[in-house]
Amino acid sequence: MRQRIFRTSLAAVLAQTTIAVFAAEAARTVTSNNFNPAVSLILDGKFANLKEDPAAYALPGFALGAETGPGEKGFRLGESELVISANVDDKFYGSLTAAVTPESETEVEEAFFETLQLGGGATIKAGRFFSHVGYLNNVHAHAWDFVDQPLAYRALLGNQFGDDGAQLRWVAPTDLFLELGAEAFRGDAFPAGGAAKSGKGAKAAFVHIGGDVGTSHAWRAGISHLAADAVDRATGDEATPDLFNGKSKLSGVDFIWKWAPHGNSKERNAKFQAEYWTRDEDGAFDPQSAGAPVAVDGKQRGWYAQAIYQFMPRWRAGLRFDKLRADPVDAALAGTVLDNQGHDPKRTSLMVDWSNGEFSRLRVQVNRDDSRANVTDTQWYLQYIMSLGAHGAHSF
Amino acid sequence: MKKLTSLLAGLLFLAASPTHADLKVFACEPEWAALARELGGDKVSAFSATTPRQDPHHIEARPSLIARLRQADLSVCTGADLEIGWMPALLRQAGNSKVQPGQAGYFEAASVVERLEIPTVLDRSLGDIHAGGNPHIHTDPRRIAVVADKLGERLAIVDPANAGYYDERRQAFAQRWRRAIEEWSKRAAPLKGLRAVAHHRDWIYLYDWLGIEDAGTLEAKPGIPPSAAHLAALKAALTREPARVVIRTPYQDPRPSEWIAREAALRAVVLPYTVGGTPGAKDLYTLFDETIRLLLEAPA
Repeated sequence: MRQRIFRTSLAAVLAQTTIAVFAAEAARTVTSNNFNPAVSLILDGKFANLKEDPAAYALPGFALGAETGPGEKGFRLGESELVISANVDDKFYGSLTAAVTPESETEVEEAFFETLQLGGGATIKAGRFFSHVGYLNNVHAHAWDFVDQPLAYRALLGNQFGDDGAQLRWVAPTDLFLELGAEAFRGDAFPAGGAAKSGKGAKAAFVHIGGDVGTSHAWRAGISHLAADAVDRATGDEATPDLFNGKSKLSGVDFIWKWAPHGNSKERNAKFQAEYWTRDEDGAFDPQSAGAPVAVDGKQRGWYAQAIYQFMPRWRAGLRFDKLRADPVDAALAGTVLDNQGHDPKRTSLMVDWSNGEFSRLRVQVNRDDSRANVTDTQWYLQYIMSLGAHGAHSF
Repeated sequence: MKKLTSLLAGLLFLAASPTHADLKVFACEPEWAALARELGGDKVSAFSATTPRQDPHHIEARPSLIARLRQADLSVCTGADLEIGWMPALLRQAGNSKVQPGQAGYFEAASVVERLEIPTVLDRSLGDIHAGGNPHIHTDPRRIAVVADKLGERLAIVDPANAGYYDERRQAFAQRWRRAIEEWSKRAAPLKGLRAVAHHRDWIYLYDWLGIEDAGTLEAKPGIPPSAAHLAALKAALTREPARVVIRTPYQDPRPSEWIAREAALRAVVLPYTVGGTPGAKDLYTLFDETIRLLLEAPA
């Protein structure tokens, strides 16, 4: 009896000691930014084989913002992105994305802070950031599934709409994901221009819903609206730009569906996404700053649909269709960029990429580009995307 | 506009979950959801962000998880960078102040236990290594005991109204778990010295507990899928120093394990790894019952 008691208490003492041995010396939250921000550098470069001269690129019916062409022929360094982010303190998070262009200029793509402690599902974001309208607008170039943006983004949003401003977003306390957001911007970036209304020239609103279907499927859908004022919005030739003064209103719907067997995306996974945008531009267009503005009031529409399939670990293939349509304009604007030349731009793209892990990717892509009337461009691209430093968070 | 408002109201009504007085626990992995249920009883409702068929390294911060974290009172994750690919993004999108790092509602299991394999050199050429050490701590029940002690205390802090209840359950669990560990240690004694190959470095804490010898991994480097060259080299190494089993989790690709099992005369074993990983592993107790049973049966 005594022996049994002794053995039991010895075991208990041993167990207690054993437990104590495995307790860490001090409870310490292990994060990657204990006083050190997460820093990552993304290197990007391309080799392009373009049948047509990229300088002659145009989307008839659309005045295009900067850098919305197919790129340059041959070897070309892309933008090197430096992303630095960290929790500022317990209440705020901050992030900078600086793009170092191949022309050795540094552009601030994003520089913003977000609140962490507002609670009640609300977050405020302020600084310079990509608007959360649409699905692709908020996705950084190094995370794109293709070398280039869909034609709808090129034409209607200048690749991506990002500007100085503030955002308030709210997530509902529901099992179905429901998020509402409103944004106000300075109004400098395309399709706005000139920081109208004393630097409050653009505003946006969006609603996102999403959820899972079983364990293998997840989806998100959204409706967005962007209202921009343009004051002397300059596009085209730098010396004699086309100028637009007026209002630009965009509405879009976006949808993405992702699949992975049992939700385990490591071996195989697939995604399908589509967006449909309409833009209403109402104002005056002055081709080549000739001083003779012409009234315009027309709609442009664009949509894309793309599917990506990771068919084995490290390998993915993607297919995308693009289509645009611009309303015909006044005879006074015949021959300008707004003349749609009776043609609806479209494009088909096919890509295959290989990723060693999550930090390196090599891609080959071919576009059959019918942007211009009576010209079909075949565009081949090889691209590398290399990411050094702290692990970037996956967004849906 | 009116239509939009009524549409939104309708959506909210349909989507709203019935109100619970329960403490809502968002667990990153099934083992922590199971532990939260053991310690919290009927006062908590625990949601696991991942299933046993999913690799917790590769999860997306998808809408359903944002919505769940938004409503949580307490989040329980492994930490040590295991969820670094998705948890920070979720935390920033959920708009929930209670579960941010540093708050009482944020609990990181790996930070309260002693970890193994803390690297002295951090370089991606070595693969996807975790700076804070190997995070797969839940495969050792002695470490789960430490986590349970701390988590039980945390439940009382986050939900003080039920502190007495949580204290009772914490102590009851500690006793029962301690007895279970003694029982398993005895039952698993024959496994001491067993040489095992694993798909990934996610079993080292189990090895540490049971004295199993690490005979290598199928991944040449963590996070990089097994390559033909490395598997061939591993096969050669195993001819010189044989192992008896190759183990993997339910979510890992079976083909490399099956290949090395054939080529090096090993038994391929799928261990549950977490609660629900195999039909028999219904809770934390049966998780280890099953794990030990499958390992004991394998070399036969």
